Amino acid sequence: MKLAVDIDLTLRSAHRSFALNVAFATADDRVVIFGPSGAGKSVTIQAIAGLVRPQRGRIVLGDRVLFDSATRTNVPSRERRVGYLFQDYALFPHLTVEENVAFPLRRLLHLSLSCDARQRVRDMLDLFELTLLAHSLPRDLSGGQRQRVALARALIREPQVLLLDEPFAALDVMLRERVRQELADLQQRFRVPLVVITHDVDDVKMFAETLVVYGLGQVSRVLPCKTLREQHGEAHAWQEMTKACGLSAA
Amino acid sequence: MQEAVSLAPLWLTLKVAGIATLIAFLIGVALALLFARVRFAGRDFLDAMLTLPMVLPPTVLGYYLIVLLGRRSVIGQWLEATFDFTFIFTWQGAVIAAAIVALPLVFKSARAAFEGVEPNLENAARVLGSKEPKVFVRVTLPLAMRGILAGTMLAFARAMGEFGATLMIAGNIPGRTQTLSMAVYDAVQAGNDSLANMLVIIISVTCIVILVSSGKLLTPRY
Repeated sequence: MKLAVDIDLTLRSAHRSFALNVAFATADDRVVIFGPSGAGKSVTIQAIAGLVRPQRGRIVLGDRVLFDSATRTNVPSRERRVGYLFQDYALFPHLTVEENVAFPLRRLLHLSLSCDARQRVRDMLDLFELTLLAHSLPRDLSGGQRQRVALARALIREPQVLLLDEPFAALDVMLRERVRQELADLQQRFRVPLVVITHDVDDVKMFAETLVVYGLGQVSRVLPCKTLREQHGEAHAWQEMTKACGLSAA
Repeated sequence: MQEAVSLAPLWLTLKVAGIATLIAFLIGVALALLFARVRFAGRDFLDAMLTLPMVLPPTVLGYYLIVLLGRRSVIGQWLEATFDFTFIFTWQGAVIAAAIVALPLVFKSARAAFEGVEPNLENAARVLGSKEPKVFVRVTLPLAMRGILAGTMLAFARAMGEFGATLMIAGNIPGRTQTLSMAVYDAVQAGNDSLANMLVIIISVTCIVILVSSGKLLTPRY
């Protein structure tokens, strides 16, 4: 996947303002954005998804320009074809698991789904082991189940990229390792590029083909981990990655 | 032998309160959406104006209505000349009075309900490919519905009990504009305790039935 981000964005609220000036580009399918809380990681993927609008800059995904202040291009969120996994999953609390997953396929004025769409929902529920929970409401699910629903919902329209905001932060440590592996398998299966935001170095180890390290509102380092691995081996790459993340090599 | 209690005031009360609530619902929800979504000049002033019917004495409100809609007002004269219609001493006048006292209750709770919808849920719908009408109908409205309905029930209860402003504009004409609360007042004034007792029981039972059934309706699914 080709992803190029080069944006300036200032957020102002009543008590503080936050300036983000970031630029990075990658052709890898697994990108990890690493950095402390408040560094602007979430804002960056919100900009990629079209949920916030940068003051200046350009965002290119694959061969599509999603945003370009110079040409006044700003593709609306609904047409960007990105999947977004919110930190709290943002499941619709009034809809069942099945209705949540089917939501992207529902037309406003149609009372029911087409046969084809219904089959896709069934396949998706099956794949994510949610069939038995199809008629449950989100409040009755565990953290891991909620995440599976959110992933099924995000992937059902075959997005061009899946943006994940701290995907494992809400899970307990026992579950985290397993879900991390599941997500890696999923990425292979759907061949969907990932952009993962995290402040957990284990996620970096698992996913980073390109590692983007954030400081306060800025990119402090872009590391081509995949290339490093191929040229210098796993151990060296890992050393560089931990160094880039500001940690001593284990 | 007790005289038969006429149920006319009950039907009139339900009719007036029902139509008034419908009007307050439509206008209140539309205004709430406007306030929750759009920042415009004079927002705070308009908000205060919309709250006024809750705090002003009902007689003052009734007086305003007479000045605004009465036979000597521009609107009143136009209505009389064009449609041969007036709000003064008619049940339609009672509807206007009840709708205005009920409006702030719908407006306030609907606004809080719209503002309470988690923005990320609406954003999630957008990222999932939904156009704005779908976001509103499938996400915002269902999540705000409980608050809106709760406000509407309060509005209906308030409209049923409306007395002061209604008395000012619609009067207290038995069989034409006499609602239950007026009939109770009349009965007590006339020393007709048994009639007053009957009317009070009718209005209390009606209110309890409405509140209990709406409580059932408002129990959330999620």
